[in-house]
Amino acid sequence: MAEITLIEGLRQGMDEELERDERVFIVGEDVGQRGGVFRATEGLYEKYGEDRIIDSPLAEDSIVGIGIGTALYGMRPICEIQFADFIYPAFNQIVSEAARMCYRSAGEWTVPMVIRVPYGGGIGGGLYHSQSVEAFFAHVPGLKVVVPSTPYDAKGLIKSSVRDPGPVIFLEPKRGYRLIRGEVPEDEEVLVPIGPARISRTGTDLSVFAYGMMHHYCLEAAERVAQEGINAEVIDLRTLKPVDRQTILASVAKTGRALIVHEDNLTGGYGAEIAAILAEEAFGDLDAPVRRLAGPDVPAMPYSHPFESWFMPDADRIAKAILELAAF
Amino acid sequence: MAEANVAVKTLDKKELLRLYHEMALVRRLEEEAAHLYQQGKIGGFLHLYIGQEAVASGLLSVRRPEDHVLTAYRDHGVAIACGIEVKYVIAELLGKATGVSKGKGGSMHLADVRLNYWGGYAIVGSHLPLAAGIALADKYKGEPGVTICMFGDGATNIGYFHEALNLSMVWDLPVLWLCENNQYGMGTAVERASAVEEIRQKAEGYGMPNSRINGMDVLEVRGAAEEALGYVRENGTPYFLEVVTYRFQGHSIGDPERYRDKEEVDRWREADPIKIFRKHLIDTGAFSVDDLSIEEERVDQEVAEAVEFAEASPDPPPEALYENIYADS
Repeated sequence: MAEITLIEGLRQGMDEELERDERVFIVGEDVGQRGGVFRATEGLYEKYGEDRIIDSPLAEDSIVGIGIGTALYGMRPICEIQFADFIYPAFNQIVSEAARMCYRSAGEWTVPMVIRVPYGGGIGGGLYHSQSVEAFFAHVPGLKVVVPSTPYDAKGLIKSSVRDPGPVIFLEPKRGYRLIRGEVPEDEEVLVPIGPARISRTGTDLSVFAYGMMHHYCLEAAERVAQEGINAEVIDLRTLKPVDRQTILASVAKTGRALIVHEDNLTGGYGAEIAAILAEEAFGDLDAPVRRLAGPDVPAMPYSHPFESWFMPDADRIAKAILELAAF
Repeated sequence: MAEANVAVKTLDKKELLRLYHEMALVRRLEEEAAHLYQQGKIGGFLHLYIGQEAVASGLLSVRRPEDHVLTAYRDHGVAIACGIEVKYVIAELLGKATGVSKGKGGSMHLADVRLNYWGGYAIVGSHLPLAAGIALADKYKGEPGVTICMFGDGATNIGYFHEALNLSMVWDLPVLWLCENNQYGMGTAVERASAVEEIRQKAEGYGMPNSRINGMDVLEVRGAAEEALGYVRENGTPYFLEVVTYRFQGHSIGDPERYRDKEEVDRWREADPIKIFRKHLIDTGAFSVDDLSIEEERVDQEVAEAVEFAEASPDPPPEALYENIYADS
């Protein structure tokens, strides 16, 4: 088995789907000749040509709108939004058109498309190249929202997303593109279904829920607190919509304590939904209040390095939160 | 007008009568819709096509089955001209389970993909990139369809319009951009909202061939549409057709129309596309007054039966609320 990076897993997944199905194509800013600003599509232009790896104007609403039109008419677009921060011009297309098409036509039309969105901080990107946007889209029925945190899941989930009959918002933790490495089998097809969460570390004392880069920091924190005798269970949610309620509830039924970690700011963030599920459906299982550790409620991730590290939860702060919760 | 007369001679009588029937049907449908709205049977918003009938009927009389059609929210006439039966339109307006979108869409979102009619869109300009996408898919698949994208003058002031026109030129997409310039974007006159009064000038900015025609004469629209569609089909590149028309009613039902004089509306009513066409058919000897009266009675009957069908239809079942949220559910 080969060890590859998260972005390589992603690229392999797209390559295989392009190879498998000629309805699949990629459209976005600099995805072709340049190979993508993060190099996620490197080599694909040379392999599949300009008709399938399409460089678009710098116009996100058109990238998504074009994608919807082609998807309605039988194609399988992968639309790349260069940075999550740039997705807002396309918000109307995603929410008003892509998410509603199946519903408004009473099931007659579908929009099988993937919108790839590199998101999150930790790269010094500042106010307009660092944001997390999952809460906006997880709120919208008709969309699926996926966040891989490992090369295996990046590959397996992008392939499942391409094959999904509806629109999928595919959020990529860009700080982890080259930082996160992992084994991915070369001689078998990797497919990870949309929906199920993954228990990445089993434990008995409390449950830690996270996704994307935060999942890795949670694992790191869990190893640290293990030295102090606290045995944390860590769950990588992987799919935020539809969320895997069963795995969440089963874990808390076992541990009685829940910590939710995300780098998006706290208020109205995705963690609130997990907290609400636990409040409504696991009240009797809880031995402590549900705890959220999230980015601060400031308008955007500020630029300077100290600002950025104060903004993003890290292993230290997660370990501290775990210990506090365990001691409750 | 000389050109229109030539067109009359070259069109067979059957097609002329079909065109007249369709325009009269749309008019009658809209009158009935207004009536049903006043009775409280249609809720929400209702944007009537009265006055603009020649645009959809003229344009779509020359489309081929493989050509795709998208339009904005003033879509009843377009839906009929694309071949949706009037009873399914009225059932949708009444929110019934038998409606063309099973009661989920309503007035502004009539559609039937089997007829290659991809619907009305309620967000102004939002469907222009979709049209470009459908055209891109045709091009990719090597299929011969042209995408006909209709929108109002108001949509030409929004970013989507400019992005979509630009893209269609850069990527050589087979799209006919058709602006129905009814001279008001909701309650604001074109000259108060658009930097140029002739909308076709905006196409010039993208190097796109274009023309501006009278939208009150169905045969002129038909002739211009035939040429424009021919251009797109032959070259595989876009064309921009501005059709100048006028809506006789307000933007939507309940619009007090403070933004225009009654005299202006009356003046335009003199150019009523149905009256003009009727006179034309009689003057050229194609049909007698009696012939057309019989057709008008047929239209009345058709709409009456459609209303009966719609009123007798069931409401959607409660479980349908949760159906079709996802394609696989």
